[in-house]
Amino acid sequence: MAVKLLGIWQSPFVLRVKLALSLKGVEYEYIEDDILNKSSMLLQYNPVYKKVPVLVHNGKPMAESLVILEYIDEIWKNHPLLPEDPFEKARSRFWAKFVDDKFVPMIIRMLRITSDQKDNAAKETREILKTLEGSLDPNKPFPEDKSLSFMDIAIVWVGYYTQMLEKMLDVKLLDDENTPLLNTWFRVVLNLQVIKECLPPFDKLLTHYTNFHERHTTAS
Amino acid sequence: MAKKCEMKLLGSGGSPFVTRVKFVLKLKSIDYEYIKEDLANKSELLLTSNPGLQKVPVIFHENEQPISESLVIVEYLDEILPNVHPILPLNPLDRAHNRCLAYYIDTVYCPWLKKFMLTRDSEKKEDMKRLIIGGSAMLEEAFVKLSKGGTFFGGDEIGYLDVVLGCYLGWFKFYGIVFGFNVIDEARNPRLAQWGKSMWSHEVIMSVIPSDEIYMNFFKMLPGFLPPRHVHA
Repeated sequence: MAVKLLGIWQSPFVLRVKLALSLKGVEYEYIEDDILNKSSMLLQYNPVYKKVPVLVHNGKPMAESLVILEYIDEIWKNHPLLPEDPFEKARSRFWAKFVDDKFVPMIIRMLRITSDQKDNAAKETREILKTLEGSLDPNKPFPEDKSLSFMDIAIVWVGYYTQMLEKMLDVKLLDDENTPLLNTWFRVVLNLQVIKECLPPFDKLLTHYTNFHERHTTAS
Repeated sequence: MAKKCEMKLLGSGGSPFVTRVKFVLKLKSIDYEYIKEDLANKSELLLTSNPGLQKVPVIFHENEQPISESLVIVEYLDEILPNVHPILPLNPLDRAHNRCLAYYIDTVYCPWLKKFMLTRDSEKKEDMKRLIIGGSAMLEEAFVKLSKGGTFFGGDEIGYLDVVLGCYLGWFKFYGIVFGFNVIDEARNPRLAQWGKSMWSHEVIMSVIPSDEIYMNFFKMLPGFLPPRHVHA
């Protein structure tokens, strides 16, 4: 097939690419990468960064989810993801990057967190979420399947993975008093058909990361 | 011919990310007002204009809200004046490769450079040095591929990656002076070394890269300041 996506089921970055391809109705072959064994596909397509997702289009590979999203938007013109206006585009790119720069290290930290440190980490996460809430326009209607944008698909994973962390660590992250608009936004968007079809199963995700957390916090 | 765009740039002297934006503003002949920020004593303007991050650069264009993140700013400037010294290539695949390498430079290579500078542990310093040498080798390969025989990453003209990597040239020079470490080495990375020389002698780049003094002052502000062993006069 002309379009191949190399990924792992639990990656929120792979999810972003799946969502973009799905919204534009692009047919693709999904290949689950055997990341522990660094399968030959990854070494072939992304020898430098050795990370998923990798999109291969007509034999040409590319990496980094946000870079892939921009490429997809430039090749397939239906259901445009980025706005036309340069300023609005900049705004979308800024918040997508904010989420990567702030949430990814926080989640990596949480996945290894000990019980004495988790409350502090949870507080910091709530602060980041509060800043993220500032990206939402309270007067704008919530997105629907047909209006999901670059910024929406760049950000939506945060709601899902945060819910997973809340259950895993028994902490409050999505506090309705702290981020009422963001919480509602996540609830609405995570319930959209196209999103639900691409999300990894919640229980499978929770089990996977609970095991990860146990492996990394139990004294040997 | 200068283009009046009511543009303001909030920045601080040694920051490579501010230098990056200055490159593009100059290449596109965009007039702007430079507002100097003291990162040790952050201004109200910075605190209110860059939510959660409080970092420079930030640009203010006409009546729009502020924009931060240097790579976001570079693309914005390219989009508002696409016909004046285009920065990103036109082809979507080339754009993807350019953006991907920029991501690598900023999220992998640059942190190594910073860790090398800040760590007092000599073993960790050597580790970082090895990683940086590997990174420079990768960038050398990328340069050969992307320049297609041209002087710059962008070919015959300065392009996106020249601006993305070029903003560190002052720092590379500083590392050579203070640490005796050539991040881009003529023997190991001949094409990149040649690129560096071409960049330094380009009138726009030359006029924008800060002086050695600014680097030293900026370096002194960073946490974990380590006095240099020696500085050549």
